[in-house]
Amino acid sequence: MLGTNIQGYLVEKLLVEGNLAVDQEFYLAVTIDEGAKSPVIIASNQGGIDIEEVPENRILKVHTDAELGMYPFIARNIVRRLGLGLGSQHGKELVKAILATYQVFQEKDAVLVEINPLVFSGEKIFAADAKVIIDPDARFRQKDIPYIEDQTETEKLAQDLGVSYVELKGDIAIMANGAGIAMSTMDILLYYGGTPANFMDVVGGTDTETIARSLEILLAKKPKVIFINIFGGSTRCDDVARAYAKVKKKDPGIQVPVVIRLVGTNQDEGWRILQECGIEAYTDMEEAAAKAVELAACICASR
Amino acid sequence: MHMRQQVVLVKGMVLMAIIVNQNTKVIVQGITGKQGSFHTRQMLAYGTKVVAGVAPGKGGITFEGVPVYDTVQAVLENHQVDATVIFIQAAIAKDAVMEALEAGIGIVVVITEHIPIHDELEFISYARRKGAILIGPNTFGIISSGKCRIGIPPNQFFIPGPVGLVSRSGTLAYEIAKKLAVAGFGQSTAVGMGGDCVKGLTFVEILKLFEADPETRAVVLIGEIGGDAEEEASVYIKEMPKPVIAYIAGKSAPPEKQMGHAGAIIRGGRGTYQSKVKTLSMAGALVVEMPSEVPEKISKLLA
Repeated sequence: MLGTNIQGYLVEKLLVEGNLAVDQEFYLAVTIDEGAKSPVIIASNQGGIDIEEVPENRILKVHTDAELGMYPFIARNIVRRLGLGLGSQHGKELVKAILATYQVFQEKDAVLVEINPLVFSGEKIFAADAKVIIDPDARFRQKDIPYIEDQTETEKLAQDLGVSYVELKGDIAIMANGAGIAMSTMDILLYYGGTPANFMDVVGGTDTETIARSLEILLAKKPKVIFINIFGGSTRCDDVARAYAKVKKKDPGIQVPVVIRLVGTNQDEGWRILQECGIEAYTDMEEAAAKAVELAACICASR
Repeated sequence: MHMRQQVVLVKGMVLMAIIVNQNTKVIVQGITGKQGSFHTRQMLAYGTKVVAGVAPGKGGITFEGVPVYDTVQAVLENHQVDATVIFIQAAIAKDAVMEALEAGIGIVVVITEHIPIHDELEFISYARRKGAILIGPNTFGIISSGKCRIGIPPNQFFIPGPVGLVSRSGTLAYEIAKKLAVAGFGQSTAVGMGGDCVKGLTFVEILKLFEADPETRAVVLIGEIGGDAEEEASVYIKEMPKPVIAYIAGKSAPPEKQMGHAGAIIRGGRGTYQSKVKTLSMAGALVVEMPSEVPEKISKLLA
């Protein structure tokens, strides 16, 4: 197995474990119930299979209060409800396992700690397989945890700029300021028959330099058209226009047609700068999107 | 203006707009920072009653005529306060939110993005125990048009009117507010629910407040892929007398990819665009495919 490729990941290391005699299997997880706004402990005495396949009435869900935290009595209640005697060796081991799992969840800023199966082998308990996901927003205080990046090179470049970027398969590159409007921009392109090449959110408040470098990321992917959709709040329209002017100056022969929709903070100055570059800004995002799709289609036809 | 004459008096109180109004006294935590100082100016320009600011170590100075204190407690010794807005970096935001809640402030608006989710769970739980309204995190804030703006939305598109607006996204809310304003429809209040996985105030609570507000005649709900906030909202919309128009961003978003917001991700087949549109439509909400359709629908509803 070493050196082989599994779903795009190179197998660099193998962990070899001793054979385990399995007497009983459990499912145990601690995760976050977003709707309930609290952590939830999920347990079942039907371990070893995907939890989605376990019937609902065999799954125990116990919510905790993030502020109050975890207590041994919560674990004792879970063990009792799973049908184990609290005086038995297995019962005691399971209480300890639940407390330890919760501790990992809390101390390591996990959004999921899943042990499946949790195995009784003789008197002892083993975590035979586990999956842990750490909150990326807590990386600053979880420095000892190795982090697996599931990103393309371009996505990494964008992340270093502080820009959200997701690669897609279409031919119209987009840049927008805000996650919602960036998604909406993709959807509108699709509505008019175009296909987005990416998702890009150059979060509010970015400066000329960041926007210019983000634009260069888009250009490097050689899309048919670039569609910039900016509704200036804390992002200033003049910064965006200056970024375009800067990139254009560096590479006067930008071959990719650029459609820019620019409204909001400092829009007049933004429009003036773009006019100097020979570009007329759009004010309506639907109209601009339709234009971008039309341009992409023309390029298709002429090739 | 016509709307202004329709002030409804209930028990001697002006009952227009939700959560905040022209009398709301606001403090800014992090008033001397880049975002805090910029938006304090904007809030003052909009007419918000900013009574004080907090910046540990800078107590005693004034900023734009607003007195600055070292701690929230010090503010409360000198001023009456209804609401606070948090412009504090993610790593230490929990401390500031807890400080405000512990001091007994009833409305806490958390602008900060990228706060670790475990911190969010803790202060959301504490807010619930203190009976405080927590808006966000990762929100543009709340704006009761012409009365009070707490947060970061651009001032010019929020004019008084009959439409309640609630959104998971900032820029997309501004976009739709602008389209409504151009068509002659202002907003009673616009609330940013926030883009993270867990939120303080949710769709259902905000919809209930709009239902009870005599100024609000229809509600625009702006959702996006990920989580099940829209599905939860649908349960209430089914029995809500006032009309709800919904727009959901992310129709073209690929699964298992985070689209800018921490909460905007389709995981394991859950949180899809199709699920949200179907559930909302079945509950009686008018779901539109394009942001530009919102003003037309509002115009028909309120004609």
